[in-house]
Amino acid sequence: MTVNELVKQLRLQVFGGEQGLSNEITGGYTSDLLSDVMGHADSGKVWITLQTHKNVLGVASLKELAAVILIKNLQPDNDMLNQAQQEGIPILGTGKAAFEISGELYNLLKK
Amino acid sequence: MQFEYNIEAGNFTKAGDASSNFKKVLKQLNVDPQIIKRIVVSLYEGEVNIVAHSYGGKVICEVNPKKVWIRLIDTGPGIPDIEKAMQAGYSTASPKVREMGFGAGMGLPNMKNNADILNIKSEVGKGTEVEIIVNLN
Repeated sequence: MTVNELVKQLRLQVFGGEQGLSNEITGGYTSDLLSDVMGHADSGKVWITLQTHKNVLGVASLKELAAVILIKNLQPDNDMLNQAQQEGIPILGTGKAAFEISGELYNLLKK
Repeated sequence: MQFEYNIEAGNFTKAGDASSNFKKVLKQLNVDPQIIKRIVVSLYEGEVNIVAHSYGGKVICEVNPKKVWIRLIDTGPGIPDIEKAMQAGYSTASPKVREMGFGAGMGLPNMKNNADILNIKSEVGKGTEVEIIVNLN
């Protein structure tokens, strides 16, 4: 599944990094600790988090993640958005909490 | 080949820049992607440690056909108890740093898990030197 298909299926908002909408998704990882993601998320994963700063994109890029989903209607900081454009990693948004959006993503990828 | 990067204390907007730059170098050198991933995890954690905990420092990365040798050198304050610092979950990070999702005491364990050799030398009042070696074969 591509990030674009995910956006449609889970009705997510796209904040930026549109160049990466064709990225292929291999799974998901939910965490607000950057070193946890650094140590344990594999490439192609979608990262679900409440962190909205630039370093999220730094980690996402180094780990070659497919996209980042911000939960609970959180907005990305400006420098996070700029970094997303540069790196081509989509920042997506949902009004849902981490538990719910993680469950939806899990069910979608399980099919 | 040697690459050197300066790391500013407290400047989180630049944290990760050295790792990102060195990753590109390793890709250009056609290093095995799985090995690049391990190098990047340990280097990034070391870089963030200099930003979050030190008075500033530098990273010196050397590549030869056999290994990648990284030295992270800062100008203080030094680590009083390295054994404690190595424990998963132990951190001296400030509340601000923790709010950003850093400082969960996972950095040094991540470095240890991804490096073939990790050496830490530290003297309180002088500074810390972290050495990471990852074999390329």
